[in-house]
Formats: sequence, C-alpha cells, structure tokens
Amino acid sequence: MANKKQPAMSRALVRRETTSGYLFLLPSLVFFVGFVIIPMVMCVVTSFFDANLNATQSDVFIGFQNYVELFHDPVFHKALINTLIIVVVSVPITCIFSLWVSSAIYNMKGPLLSFFRCVFYLPVVTGSVAVTVVWKWMYNNYYGILNYVGTSTGILDHNINWLGDPKFALGCIILILLTTSVGQPIVLYVSALGNVDTSLVEAAKVDGATNLQVFWKIKWPQMMPTTLYILVITTINSFQCFALIQLLTSGGPNYATETVMYYIYYSAFKLYRLGYGNAMGVILAIFIAVLSAIQFKLAKEK
Amino acid sequence: MKSGVERKSAYHVIALILLVIMAILFIFPLYWIVTGAFKSAAEINAAQPTWFPKEFVLTNFEKLFSRRAAPLFQFGPLVGPVVPGAIRWLVNTVFMSVAAMLLTCLTASMAGYALAKKRFIGRGLVFSLIVCAMALPKQVILLPLIREISALGLYDSLWAVILPTVGWPFGVFLMKQFSESIPGEMLEAARIDGASELRTFTQIVMPMVKPGIGALAIFTFINTWNDYFMQLIMLSSSEELTISLGIATLQAENATDFGLIMAGATLAALPIIIVFLIFQKYFTQGITMGAVKG
Amino acid sequence: MKKILAFVLALTMSLALVSCGGSGNGSTPSSNAGNTNGEAAKSLTLWTYPVGEWGKEETVKKLMDDFKAETGIEVKVEYLAYADGDDKVNTALAGKNAPDLILEGPERLVANWGAKGYMVDLADMFDEQDKGEINEAALNACTTENGAVYEYPMVMTAHCMGVNLDAFKEAGADKYLDLENHTWTTEDFKAAMTAMHDHFGTTIGAVYCAGQGGDQGTRALVNNLYGGTFTNPEHTAYTWDDPKNVQALQDLYDMDAIAFDPSLQGADEIALFYNETLKIASCWNIQQQLNPNGADTGAGKTLNGQEIVPMAFPTESGEPKLQGGIWGFGIFDNGDDAKIEAAKTFIKYMCDSAATVDAVKAATFFPVRSNAEGTDLTGVWGDNEVMNEYSKLMPYLGDYYQVTAGWAEARTAWWNMLQEVNSTGNVAGAVENFCGQANAAASK
Repeated sequence: MANKKQPAMSRALVRRETTSGYLFLLPSLVFFVGFVIIPMVMCVVTSFFDANLNATQSDVFIGFQNYVELFHDPVFHKALINTLIIVVVSVPITCIFSLWVSSAIYNMKGPLLSFFRCVFYLPVVTGSVAVTVVWKWMYNNYYGILNYVGTSTGILDHNINWLGDPKFALGCIILILLTTSVGQPIVLYVSALGNVDTSLVEAAKVDGATNLQVFWKIKWPQMMPTTLYILVITTINSFQCFALIQLLTSGGPNYATETVMYYIYYSAFKLYRLGYGNAMGVILAIFIAVLSAIQFKLAKEK
Repeated sequence: MKSGVERKSAYHVIALILLVIMAILFIFPLYWIVTGAFKSAAEINAAQPTWFPKEFVLTNFEKLFSRRAAPLFQFGPLVGPVVPGAIRWLVNTVFMSVAAMLLTCLTASMAGYALAKKRFIGRGLVFSLIVCAMALPKQVILLPLIREISALGLYDSLWAVILPTVGWPFGVFLMKQFSESIPGEMLEAARIDGASELRTFTQIVMPMVKPGIGALAIFTFINTWNDYFMQLIMLSSSEELTISLGIATLQAENATDFGLIMAGATLAALPIIIVFLIFQKYFTQGITMGAVKG
Repeated sequence: MKKILAFVLALTMSLALVSCGGSGNGSTPSSNAGNTNGEAAKSLTLWTYPVGEWGKEETVKKLMDDFKAETGIEVKVEYLAYADGDDKVNTALAGKNAPDLILEGPERLVANWGAKGYMVDLADMFDEQDKGEINEAALNACTTENGAVYEYPMVMTAHCMGVNLDAFKEAGADKYLDLENHTWTTEDFKAAMTAMHDHFGTTIGAVYCAGQGGDQGTRALVNNLYGGTFTNPEHTAYTWDDPKNVQALQDLYDMDAIAFDPSLQGADEIALFYNETLKIASCWNIQQQLNPNGADTGAGKTLNGQEIVPMAFPTESGEPKLQGGIWGFGIFDNGDDAKIEAAKTFIKYMCDSAATVDAVKAATFFPVRSNAEGTDLTGVWGDNEVMNEYSKLMPYLGDYYQVTAGWAEARTAWWNMLQEVNSTGNVAGAVENFCGQANAAASK
C-alpha cells in the first residue's frame, strides 16, 4: 500500500518508519492481538474438536464434522436467515427513518431541535436492558399496552401474543432494535444537513431546482461520508443484537427469533457443545469479514 | 406557486404530527419506567394498566436499596464504605466505561496515526485485519475469550470487560480516517525541525485529531455502558455487576416484581440521561465531527 | 527519542496491568487452588438458587452469620435465578471459576454437573444412622448408579397446581374440585375448564413454554392427565412420546380454556395467576402458597385477596404422581482440598445439626430427614395450618426422574417441543422429533 506520490524512501527511512510505526501501533496491537486475534485462532482450533464442557472427557479431534453438521442443521439455517433479516431490514430503515426525521427537524428553532434530538437519543442512553423491561410489558399477551390500546380502539379484534407468535416475534425484536439505534444517526444527519454548503443550494434554487432535486443533487452527495459512517455503525449494531433476544424470547417461539449470536450462546451453555458453537462463530466471522471487505471497497471507490 | 406553498405547509403539518407521535413512542418507555418505579405493588400488578401512579410510593426504591450491600469501591486494600448494591453497580459501570474509553482513545489515536501517516512494512496487512475484524460480534469469540480471561485471572473483574473492549479495532479504524487529513507537510516540517516522534504526536497530531477523539470517546463510553453481552459473560459476583446486568438479574430473580425492576431501571437510566442532557452540545458536536470525517 | 516513546508505551502498559491486578483480586473462587495442607479453608463461596427464602438476602445472611460464629468460616453468597442461573454456572465452569458450594436439586447437581464430572462425591458423609434418618427416595435421587452422592439433600416438596377458588365458585366450577383431598379427575378438570371458559370467556390457564423456568409444571400436567410417564422407571430413556402423553398434549391444545404460550415462563404464569388474569397455575408449590408471587400480601391469597387452593394435577385414576422437588447442597471440585473440607463442614452444619431447623425453615419446604443429630425434625412446621394442609399432597410424590442421562438437553427439548406444538399444531410430529432429540442425548 505504499503511497505512490511520495518519492522512493531510502532504506534507512523505511526502517525508521517501520520501527516508529510499530511502536505507535504496539499498545493497540497488544489488545487487538490479545483479545481478538488470539481468541479467534483458538476459536478456529476448537471448532475442529468435539468439545463439550465435560470434565471427565477430553476433547476429541473430529475434523470438519462440526461444519458438516452445521450445514445440515435447520436451526442454524433459521438463525442465519434471521440474522440476515435483522441486518437487511434494520439497517436501511434506520438510515431512511433517521434521514427523514433529521430533514424534518434540522431547520427548526434551537430548543425545539434540541428537544427532538434528545427524544430520539433517549433509548440509546437508557440502555437496551432497561428498555427491554418496558417492551416486555408492552408486548404482554394478557395485559400489555399494545393489546390494550389495540383492542380498545378496535384495531385488533383479539389480543395478540406478540412475542409468542412466530409471525410477529422477529418483527417485535426489530422494532425495539430500531428505537435503540436511530438516535445516533439522527444527531449525525442533523448536523450534516446543517453543514451543507448553502451557497450551492441558493444557486441551484435560483436556477429553478425543486427541493427534491436540491436534496439529491447537492445535499445527498455532501452527506455521503456521514451515511457511510452510519451504515457501518448500524450494521455492527444489528449483528450484535443479543440482549433483546436473550431477555425477551430466548430465540423462540419455535426458533422464530433465533440468531447466530444467540445460537452460539445457546449451543455452548444450554447444549454444552463448545466446539459446535465455535464452528458457528468461525462461519459467521468469515461471513462478516467478507461483508466488511465489500462494504469497505465500495466506500473507497466512492 | 400558491398551491406549492400550501402543499409545502401541509407537508410540514403532517410531518410535525408524525414527529410528535414518534416522539411520544420514544419517550414512552422511559416515562413508563420512571412512573412505574413509584407505583405500588397492587397498582403495577393490576391487569388494567394505569397511566399515572395513583399514589406515589417509595417502597420500590427502599426495596432496591435494601438489597445486596457492597462496598462502594474496592482497589486492592482500599475498601470503600458499605452502600446498597445498586449504587455499587453504578460505580462499577462508570469506572468500566471511563476506563475503556480512556484506554481506547489513547491506543486508537496512536495506532490510527501510525496507520495513516507512517509507511511501514506490514501496514496493509494490519489494516486489512482491522477492517475485517471491525464488525465481528463478540459472541463469535466468546468461548475462547472466557478461557483466556480466566487464565489471566481476570474473570469476574471489570477488567474482563474493559480489556476486550479496548481490543475491538473500530476505534483504530476511526482514528485512522481522521489522521488521514493531517497534512503531510506539517509532519515533514516537524521532522526537519528535529522534533521527536513523540513530540510530533503530542504537539501536532493530537490537536488535529481532537474531534475524532471526542467522537470515539462518546462512542466507546456509551457502547461499553450498554454492552450487556460482555458483562453477562464475564461478571458473576454481585459486587462486580454493572447496572445493566444488575437490572437483568433483578428481572430474572423477581420476574414478577415490576416495581422493583422499574426502580432499578430508573436508577440505571437517569444518571446517563442527566449527563447527556448537560453535555448535549458536546455529545452532538463530538459525534458529528466524528462522522463528517469518517 | 525512541527511548522516550518506548518508555511511555511501557508505562501505559504496565499501568494497565497493575490496575488489572488491583481489582481482580479475591474475586476468583478458585484463586488458591492447589492448597492441600489439609486445613479447612476460612472462606467459601455459595451460589444458591431461590429455594424458598434461600433466595432472600436477609434470611440467608442470618444463617451465614450463625455459621460463621460457630465455625469461623466466612461464606460469600451469590443469588442465582432460575431464569439464568444455569447459564451463569455453565459460564463459570467454562472459565474454571465455579463456586465451592451450590444449593439446588439432583436434576442439576447429579444429572448435569455431577454427570459431567464437576462435583465432589459426598458418599463418605453418610453413615448408617444418616441413611436411616433421610427419606430413602430423596437420598436415592441424589445418588448415581455408581453409588456416588453429588448432593446432600436438605428439604423436599411436591409441586402442584394452584387454583383460584373464588373464580371457580363464581363460575360454578368448584363442584369439580375435591377440596378435602386436593385432587380432581381428568374428566372433572375438563368439565371445569369448559365451565370456566364459558363463564369468563378468556383463557384460564397457560401451557407456558418460553424457556425451562417452571417446566416441571407443564410436564406434570401432561403426564398426569392420562397417566403417561416422562422417562422409563430405570431412568435410561425418555418415554414422553407414548400415546397417553400425545393424547394429553392434544387435549390441552384443543381446550379453549388453555393456551400454549411461548412468551411465558413459570414465573410469568405465577404473576398472571396472582393478578387473577389466569385462574389456574401449574407452577405452584408450598413456597408459592405461603407467599404468592413473593409479594408479601398474605398466604393463599391473590392480589385482590381471592382464595388460592393447592391442587394435585388431574388424573384419570385419582392417584396423581406429583413431581418432587429435592433441594440440597453440592460441592464443586475446584481441586482445593481445604475448600472441600470447609464445604463439607458447611453442609453438615446446615443439613445435619441443631441448626438444621433454621436452614429447613428458611427453605419453606419439608425436611428430608426425621432427625438431625438429636433434633427431631418431624414437627418442624408445628401447627402451621398452610403447611399441614399442604402435607396432604406429599403422599402423592412421584418418581424423581430428573436424574435421567441427558437431562439438561431433554428439558430444553421439552419446551422447544411445546413451542412447536403451539405454532404448528402437529402434536405427534413435534413429540416424535423432540423426544428423539432427548433420547439421543440420553444415549450419548
């Protein structure tokens, strides 16, 4: 990745740069290697063993057997699909929703703007566990507020078991995820919109451009870096959605909210299959690494 | 032209109504937590929800504070006065988030600078690894991580959460993006002036990437505060719990005592919300500057 | 220049490491593993599930203070919940950080952690006199087929159903309840459910299946209805796929008064029963009868003071087989003989000494033994009316089958099966699939 614009560096300079470069990198690398790379390597190794949290048996090397089993495990397929659904649904909705909210509030007066910005940021700072407690009650089959409001206004003709019905459960999880993830994007978009070069906007308006045209042709390109950043953090967030599932549904009903992350935890601590859980981890890691690489490549080209 | 204006204002009205509805939906959970904390057991257990406490009671907080007494802090031989467990959980959470934030900012700004401005062998490899690992959910490496942490003797201590958080390479990536914008000429000039590497870093690089550090600090702080998963896996004794974990424990133990859970949730949410409201300006500035460059 | 940089880096790192060491101390239960000088340790860690008031800090603290005064051993207690306690213990085991002592039943201590080689064999703690004093079935449940004892039993009870008597009276369904013997027949149960549903127009009871919390209730309900069994008598295989159980599941599924509910666990069911949303509960026992929902609003009363009566699960034969609960202590083998010695002192103190009365009362269950070192335990509950009325159910105590191999996997399969029944309605298919999974785990 040598920078071609610079003149070729002398060997001494290269050596100096390398030494000082690594010295600067060292503290970070210690943590990165120690708590990401080494566990990752251990993860790959264990995935080839039948490791089962049993003090009386030692782990047995079984080659690719865990992987073969994974390919035939309907629960894993379900978990993989659910994980993808969560990411594919929540990332675009988060971006579009926060863009809409921001465009509606960014030119409001100071206090009003602060108010809205705060409101949408509240669930982020409240924390997913505290928020989950309330949502669990809101979704409750018997006395939850959704059913209460729904039936008393006539929208629902009978109580719906939101978290207990495979048709709704995943959607309910995604909804909570959305409320806890739009806060940051809104803050970002509001200021990105505020920072758009107004002279360009004025000029375009003089030329008779509509608001929509101004948005797409002038504002949107200027907000591209913000959008990319938002995409990255939202994707990370969506993949890591765990607390909601662990606290609300344990992957049920009938695996409707099983995600790979939860299934790893489940395999390890409910089924006592560490090797199997690790194999899942490896597959997911490869999957995400490829995805990140693509995302990054695309971002670079822009 | 007139119809255009009308259409525009109609849109604004609808948008405002929608916004207000959304705002209510977003405020509601918090409202419910705080009011629920003050409801009596009978009221909160009733099948018909009440929108506002009929009478304000403090029993839930009394119950919360009568549980699991623990020292306020514990550093080696230094042991603080005994306080309710919930307060200790708050202290733990603050300590954990601040420590993770400081360490991350320090290591990431150094590494980000090196990756952006130093031309050294292996740079491409390191950076590719970082990009690939950035979105990696921690669950993937959870099992080996538990073994590693307990081999280090750190299991069930806050450092078991802090250290892996610092290892997560997103911060390095972010700081690299920031450091790219430092003009090479400035660094060159510093070198010609004979400034040491360290001086160049502290005097020139740091001030230029300050907004990035601010963004990263906020991001890391909130993420660590809310990172329920790592806390769940690494912490078990009631003195080492964090506030998120504490509430989850309350919920598991007293699945049915909603008043107590709400009181815990209120205690968890209020401090950080107050901090957020006070520093709102910096929060939004920090996050924003982070993104414009990132 | 480089030296300064290196120095700063080294400083940062060592600071980080020093502070790590600083607060990581004392929190690892196995930190002094390898101490084998034969002396008993002076500190122990105990993790307790909410067995009666053993889940309550005030009660336990007093017991621990008494114990410390007697022996000088300090016990640090952590309170687990049924909802996530197993995960916590398993995480600790994976990280080799198990506590010294744990309070729970044979289904975990014997069938799970014992079978996986994590528990200390306590067989040497029982002499002939102990064996004579301890309820035989309870001790058997704590013993493996190889004769190893992984749990020292302390208390036991029978799990039952709770019925909202006032609601039953309102619907005229109380005539189906035999309040003298606390039993009802399958036929009466069905008639009562129909009457209740006709009267209230809502769901009366739930087959909860969000997780394993309180799953003994759903198992007992299904097994008793037509006399099916969960495992074979030898505890080597799962037999819940027999047609009697399939029929029971089908009947429950078809009842309008009963809903399969994958959003509830046992504790949620109790809460709904307590606030009168549901009129029957299958996750009931004496602890709940004494203090419904743990809400301290009076024994045997719902939120608004309606009367709760404990009932056996309905059967065709009139001979219900209640699921037993046996609770006691186990010791995790952390390789530290001193700790194990101290832990045994603790167990002896709680389960077989003059202090046993307090330990048993804290559990709010019945003692497993008649006599503890000269203290008669049979009258421990004296003239407590609730306890005496409840003791009518104790003779129905059934086989303690929760020690069958692969138990942890089997109970996971059970609630997953109920979820599948709920979403597909295909009872036979779901039973076959998940009972098969359980048997696969049993034969491993």
